[in-house]
Amino acid sequence: MFNPIETLIRSVTDIDADPYSLGDFLGVDSRWCQRCGNNAILTAVQKLCAEEQLAPEKTVFVSGIGCSSRLPHYMGTYGFHALHGRALPVAEGIKIRRPDLHVFVTTGDGDCCSIGAGHWLHAIRYNMNITVLLHDNQIYGLTKNQVSPTSPRGLVSNTSPHGASLDPLNPLAATLGMSNISFVAQAVDWVPSVLYDVIEQAFHHRGLSFVCIMQRCPNYLPDHFEEYIKNPDRLVLLTHARGLQVEESIARRFKHREEHDPADLDRARELSMPRDRIPLGILYRNPEVLCYEDVRSGVEHLSVAERMAALEREFDKFTVDAASPQG
Amino acid sequence: MEQICLQYTTNPQRGKNMFVLGMLGWLYGQDLDLAREQVSFTFRTKSKDILNRNLQLLEAGHEWSGQNLDFRFEIASAPREEAQIVVNGNTALALGIMASGMEICAMYPITPATSASHYLSEMFENVGGMVHQAEDEIAACAFAIGASYAGKCAVTITSGPGMALKQELIGLAAMAEIPLVIVNVQRGGPSTGLPTKVEQGDLLQAMFGTHGDAPKVVMAAATVEDCFYQPIAARKIAEAFNLPVILLTDANLATAQQPFTRPRLRKEWFAAPIDQSAIPEGERPYDWDPTTGLRRRFTPGQPGGMHTLTGLAHDRYSRVAYDPASNEDGLRHRSLKLAAFQKTLTAPAVFGDPDGDLLVVGWGSTKGVIEEAVEQLRSEGRRVGALHLTYLQPMASGIGEILKRFRQVLSVEMNWSDSVETSQTTLDNRRYSNLAWLLRARYLIDVDCWSEVQGQPLKPRTVAQAMRNKLKQGVARV
Ligand SMILES: Cc1ncc(C[n+]2csc(CCOP(=O)(O)OP(=O)(O)O)c2C)c(N)n1
Ligand SMILES: [Mg+2]
Repeated sequence: MFNPIETLIRSVTDIDADPYSLGDFLGVDSRWCQRCGNNAILTAVQKLCAEEQLAPEKTVFVSGIGCSSRLPHYMGTYGFHALHGRALPVAEGIKIRRPDLHVFVTTGDGDCCSIGAGHWLHAIRYNMNITVLLHDNQIYGLTKNQVSPTSPRGLVSNTSPHGASLDPLNPLAATLGMSNISFVAQAVDWVPSVLYDVIEQAFHHRGLSFVCIMQRCPNYLPDHFEEYIKNPDRLVLLTHARGLQVEESIARRFKHREEHDPADLDRARELSMPRDRIPLGILYRNPEVLCYEDVRSGVEHLSVAERMAALEREFDKFTVDAASPQG
Repeated sequence: MEQICLQYTTNPQRGKNMFVLGMLGWLYGQDLDLAREQVSFTFRTKSKDILNRNLQLLEAGHEWSGQNLDFRFEIASAPREEAQIVVNGNTALALGIMASGMEICAMYPITPATSASHYLSEMFENVGGMVHQAEDEIAACAFAIGASYAGKCAVTITSGPGMALKQELIGLAAMAEIPLVIVNVQRGGPSTGLPTKVEQGDLLQAMFGTHGDAPKVVMAAATVEDCFYQPIAARKIAEAFNLPVILLTDANLATAQQPFTRPRLRKEWFAAPIDQSAIPEGERPYDWDPTTGLRRRFTPGQPGGMHTLTGLAHDRYSRVAYDPASNEDGLRHRSLKLAAFQKTLTAPAVFGDPDGDLLVVGWGSTKGVIEEAVEQLRSEGRRVGALHLTYLQPMASGIGEILKRFRQVLSVEMNWSDSVETSQTTLDNRRYSNLAWLLRARYLIDVDCWSEVQGQPLKPRTVAQAMRNKLKQGVARV
């Protein structure tokens, strides 16, 4: 959104300033709860847009329905707040029509892994150049505290008063189990620097990058991630020359670190399986996977005259005229 | 016949149609070379062997008739001034989509809509478009909406069950005001119903299938020629009014071949390039015109137009707004667009007598049959007419006046309606056919209905009988 004060400050203070500043990426004020993990994710993507100098008019945030899916409204870019579960196919339609746009998807655990689960698997298969952020708070926030497919067994919610009866769906393992995957990563909202680095790498990956973000819901699950926050033993930081490279000051906070080559799919799958520790960083990256928009020549820029000529040739095939009948 | 066919094929079940074609060619004195050419064209993608066997069967049928039949018919083919196109409705639909300037068709396979997508898949890229086969109908509709939002109007093709799945997204297109064309090649329903057979059971679904008030245009093709021209009109309407347009065809039209004058392509049919000009400061994404409800749509890439489109109630900035005034404001302007569009429509001409004892009203592929029945009754000295509707939502002004010029009005359709003659059904619980409901509600006229759901095209004979009954007893049931 046009911000006169921001523009003025920039023009006075720095002649060579980048054309866009953080202010260009702010939308309406967030209505999320205080301490909601979504705020950290919003801050990270706004910073990314400014750092990468993405033209706001060339950037689209697409979402479904849920607390997390409100994010596009809080951006100063174009946004499309679609229907519950349908963010991915909408984003694919945008991307196929306009490969020149930067397309992001923000989605919740219900949005992506329940009602939109079919689209999730197929989006991975299409591998379009879209950055997907899964805000996994392991609960349905917007509809007020119902169990989610990613909720752990035993979780008490309004629809599981005696505790969730099933083991959770593991979005990371499910994604890594698919074919055609090209980028899979995990972050947590309470370590903003790693969150930022992961999203940045996701953005630079050409293909569908799937980032699972553990996101706190202070309203319905206030202590849910506490064991991970209080006890960094429960996290393992994945670093590698071809993956995340983290400053020592940050890395020092993690007792467990692993040099993990994102090309190693077998190890990525092992790391994703339920264990004592959850992995943070880039689990898998394969830049060689074809992008759907590249293989579908799709909307070529043919002139109207060329289109008309092609259609006339089609008409010829079906034309019968009185004088000389033809096939 | 089976014996002769067995000389060319191991399965006479599959060969006798060609044999009979040869017979018919002889009976009606048609040019065998022309038939050879057409058969070669139809089997152009098949192997040489298959083609040759079909040609041999064709020739065998022709020869056998010459030797064994002692009658022939002479019917001169009608001279045509202009070149004609011979295609079925689904091919015409695909050609119309390509000529409409729409560039993306998203679909999920479903009978009887698929053959349109087959032909489109084969051809669309040559004309600068693409077909996307999505993972389901919901995704197909969402994909088309995304493509429309980011560029030009896109289309999704389906049939009844797929149409049911798309409803929530059609509501999104109506709410957020995104142009979208949805084609429903109707088949028998409900549920999986009659996948390959014809029915006109989806008109009320097209009108009211979405929850809440979701104004959309509903139009129906009556002929194969309509299947070509209506996507062109639908795209224009969708883009001019920023709303979903539902185009209804059916299983009959899908496979029926009817020749029509070769279209003269027009530049204006092809959409203008995507608008990427800057939005002037102060303009809002929903600055509705107070008299027409129209607004300028902002497309990604346009500087200064940044906003978040939403399916939630929103204000003129496209911000989520639950206040009573904003909600009514949006509903009013979205509804207004249909009133504005209706002003551009003219009522269709009445076929047959302009006034009289009975008017038959229809829509969709039944047009030819109804008109034949009307001709029949006029030849019997009855004063009857037919009115065939292309636009079902909104309906052109003047239709009410036409209905009032006849003593009785009968809607003839291929969908369910109760007979009033059973012991259970009375006038206060009778369920009418789709169009009859709409006409009764809008014009407060006692429109009766006669309908059939046999999965077959109507026959002029049965329609004529229903008309006679209506004229005699005031009851249409045969
Ligand atoms: C078709 C449909 N079904 C149900 C809903 C209600 N609904 C809205 S958001 C939501 C779940 C939200 O959970 P999640 O996706 O995890 O997002 P969060 O609010 O936790 O960020 C549900 C069930 C809806 N809007 N549409
Ligand atoms: Mg959630």
